[in-house]
Amino acid sequence: MVNELIEVFGYSFMQRALIVGILVSLCAAVLGTSLVLKRYSMIGDGLSHVSYGAFAIAAAAGIAPLYFAIPVVIVAAFLLLRITANGKINGDSAIAILSSSSLAIGMIVLSVSGVSIDINSYMFGSVLALTENDVLVSVICSSAVCVLYFFFYHRIFAVTFDESFSGATGIHTGIYNTLISVLTAVTIVIGMKLMGALLISSLMIFPSLTSMRICRSFRSVAICSAAISVLCFVSGLILSYYIDIPTGSGIVVLNLIVFLIFALIGRIRRINE
Amino acid sequence: MKLIECDKLCMKYEGVSAFEDLSFTVDEGDFLCIVGENGSGKSTLIKGLLGLKQYSSGSITFSGVKQKEIGYLPQQTVAQKDFPATVGEVVISGCLNRNGIFPFYTKENKERAASEIKKMKIENIVKKSYRNLSGGQQQRVLLARALCATEKLLLLDEPVSGLDPLVTSEMYEVISDLNEKSKVTVIMVTHDIHNAVHYSNKILHMSGNGYFFGATEDYMKTDIFRAMSGGCFHHGK
Repeated sequence: MVNELIEVFGYSFMQRALIVGILVSLCAAVLGTSLVLKRYSMIGDGLSHVSYGAFAIAAAAGIAPLYFAIPVVIVAAFLLLRITANGKINGDSAIAILSSSSLAIGMIVLSVSGVSIDINSYMFGSVLALTENDVLVSVICSSAVCVLYFFFYHRIFAVTFDESFSGATGIHTGIYNTLISVLTAVTIVIGMKLMGALLISSLMIFPSLTSMRICRSFRSVAICSAAISVLCFVSGLILSYYIDIPTGSGIVVLNLIVFLIFALIGRIRRINE
Repeated sequence: MKLIECDKLCMKYEGVSAFEDLSFTVDEGDFLCIVGENGSGKSTLIKGLLGLKQYSSGSITFSGVKQKEIGYLPQQTVAQKDFPATVGEVVISGCLNRNGIFPFYTKENKERAASEIKKMKIENIVKKSYRNLSGGQQQRVLLARALCATEKLLLLDEPVSGLDPLVTSEMYEVISDLNEKSKVTVIMVTHDIHNAVHYSNKILHMSGNGYFFGATEDYMKTDIFRAMSGGCFHHGK
């Protein structure tokens, strides 16, 4: 068993996937808790499509995709937040508009410029796509996400639980909402190559929803989601190597299975109470 | 001593005037009830008092209490119905405004939360999840959180809406105790006119065409009160 694992992670592309994947899973899980509870589940999905559009434009223009996509997606996250806060358009409608427009623009740019990229890997992710530089950017960004989340944990909790109370007692709720969306944007972009535009948002939503089936406190939800997220990622990665299935899809299905198990445990526990 | 003085206050709601020239004062120890039909600007006024919304003219002056030291009990949101958080986590979050930029809870914060939890008699449910509590228990938790944020002034936005009659009267007793024994000034928005006149010493009645502000006894002599209470109400205080 140990020898086999050494063999699997002997390949440098697998090492890169492991490092980036664990970091992204961790960030996605803790941020996802706030997103799910604030009814922003679809924001990750929307931003991943924007990220796809940005990657396509970067590919057509010959710019390093991450350096281009990170600022673009952060701006998109700001926009989404502002549109929703103004109440002119509903949050879910705003996300739908943004997603399809970005996809459309990305496809047009690709077809006009004649650059050929592997659309399949952008949509569903690929363990082979990660470069040394991606790993470096991911490590820096996700460390920043984790450190910021740790220091602002109590405020993020307060703002997630009750925005009006927090605002009334002098917490700048706007700043923390922005912080959550910027961190989400960064996490989505760095996770997109690995998980793909269509699957990355599941990394944010599944672990939190799963933990919420049985956890009673906010802290335990955050810790449990992080653990589930990383475990599902690592086992999905190893599994995909052995039975030759797409990595991203394998991880999502594992998350689904864990979710169903937790939902069942939660149901049984409630009946017994 | 005056805590809050509103002078000729005008506020807008989505560009349209919500109310104009509203003047009233809140003194230390007051139990002020704000009543009035939907759309009369009560919620806008609350946002103004809390500094969550700008007023267009007039003034709000605080003395002896800072705006950020108001213990606010907001109406519950949909998101809170299935929110995984323990009672302890919710209550102590009321202490955050004391810590400045320090990101964690101090020992004093924890002691403060514990004492408010005791005051609200919810020690036995501290480890329980907020979403599994009854409506009355949830309100006690939010009240304890509001008390963590303030010593002097509570602002309660329809604290009894959705509670059954028994729990409602319990809630009123809790609030009235805080006002009388702990000397906390209370501002309460409510639709429950009968209990409002029973517990308050001052009434602010807002309506589309003007307002009443004054002592509760005077309010009960007005025509608006007779119209609101249907003319069959006998004051039993």
